[in-house]
Amino acid sequence: MGAGHGHRLHFHGHSVVHRAPAHLKILALLAFVLVVVATPRDWYAAYAVHLAILLGVVAASRVPLGYLLPRMVIEVPFLLFAALIPFIAEGPQVAVALPGGWELSVSEPGLLAAWGLAAKGTLGVLASLTLAATTEPDAVLRGLQRLRMPELLVQIMAFMVRYLDVVTADLGRMLTAMRSRGADPRSPRHWPALARTLGALFVRSYERGERVHLAMLSRGYDGRLPDVEGAR
Amino acid sequence: MTPVLDLQGVAFAYPDGHQALFGVDLHVHPGERVALLGPNGAGKTTLVLHLNGILSAESGHGAGSVRVSGLPVTKKNLAEIRRRVGIVFQDPDDQLFMGSVRADVAFGPANLGLRGAALDKRVMDALEQVGMAEFADRPPHHLSFGQRRRVAVATVLAMEPEILVLDEPSSNLDPASRRELADILRSLDVTVLMVTHDLPYALELCPRSVVLSGGRVVADGRTYDVLTDDELMRAHRLELPWGFDPRSIPVDSLPG
Ligand SMILES: Nc1ncnc2c1ncn2[C@@H]1O[C@H](COP(=O)(O)OP(=O)(O)O)[C@@H](O)[C@H]1O
Ligand SMILES: [Mg+2]
Repeated sequence: MGAGHGHRLHFHGHSVVHRAPAHLKILALLAFVLVVVATPRDWYAAYAVHLAILLGVVAASRVPLGYLLPRMVIEVPFLLFAALIPFIAEGPQVAVALPGGWELSVSEPGLLAAWGLAAKGTLGVLASLTLAATTEPDAVLRGLQRLRMPELLVQIMAFMVRYLDVVTADLGRMLTAMRSRGADPRSPRHWPALARTLGALFVRSYERGERVHLAMLSRGYDGRLPDVEGAR
Repeated sequence: MTPVLDLQGVAFAYPDGHQALFGVDLHVHPGERVALLGPNGAGKTTLVLHLNGILSAESGHGAGSVRVSGLPVTKKNLAEIRRRVGIVFQDPDDQLFMGSVRADVAFGPANLGLRGAALDKRVMDALEQVGMAEFADRPPHHLSFGQRRRVAVATVLAMEPEILVLDEPSSNLDPASRRELADILRSLDVTVLMVTHDLPYALELCPRSVVLSGGRVVADGRTYDVLTDDELMRAHRLELPWGFDPRSIPVDSLPG
């Protein structure tokens, strides 16, 4: 149990990018995203520069693009939304020629907005994935700590990272148990059972949270994660 | 000699009204290894949580007193009590919550104020004792179950407790991991209270056993005598595994 990897996004390596201090990488990512977001949508050349810089970093990290691109699927719902904008936005219409002699009339500002959203989103997601691929979650958390992120938020994120696998494994076992008793979690007919399973998972996770808290108290926890840096 | 653990008339009811303990008396002396036996629901875990003040008369309806090496378990003394009493919980996933084995073992001593080289030494010594030193930089959730259980023991040893309390230490272990853990526990120079319903394990490790049933202590004596008292065993749902007979074990291989 819990045999999965806590870092499905991490790509093991020893490049300069991997070795750079985590808090600097976080700051760089933040700066990059801010600049991208602030770039006006019609400065097309600037986007080419952004992309070139990002690809340069990816190349330096020696993480293959073939590793990063499939992981960009999280962006898909967002792109679908962007694709809808030209059809629902107001303003002057332009005709877009389609193969086969068809013409499609779409909103011009909508088209621009869609491009902006898609370009900014893609750059942001790719940059974040690069950070995730080159930095262990633990290092990200310590980086955030160095950047004076509030202690409580860092703790919450640390526990999320730690227990994501445990909870996923719990869920996996419960779904297997459902299937073994002839219920298909995907069929709407069995959604009530699935809902009960998820409810049970919530209760289990909550109880686990309580037990972890007891274990922490038993080792002298007083509301502050101690500095264990010395032990590294 | 002051007992390490001194419980007098410990009674406890959970906030929902369920009475789990009815006046438990228990003494454990320095250097002893004692097994706490009892069927499911007997109140063993509830009792364990009293030993370091997680539960007490204050958190429900309770009575009685708990002392650890003479120090009463009260709110004022909690920090010192929790240093003296090291509890290893049943599920290592509850106990290992940091990003690496090293950070996890450091958590307790760091809460005690240790830093730097002293902290590092404490951590490595504890990992050494359970044979897990080479795993210091691995994330706990990448270890096998048996290894996680051993690291859980180390997290507590790193606080240099006066008594080590283990809740069902052999549960879910394969026979080899179970034996390795027994070797480790035997090698430790610390007082041990071991909660278990693994009766052969109790016989192998603990000269003395206390039987808890329905929230009361119903027997306290040599493990061998407890396990061979058929009437007592039947009355409290304690059953030896099939084919296991304590009488067939050579007396000089028993502990103590
Ligand atoms: N949080 C709780 N609230 C109410 N009742 C509880 C709680 N935890 C345990 N109990 C009850 O107290 C009794 C003793 O439980 P426990 O100490 O866990 O037993 P054991 O560890 O010996 O199996 C059981 O009947 C159990 O149902
Ligand atoms: Mg229990």
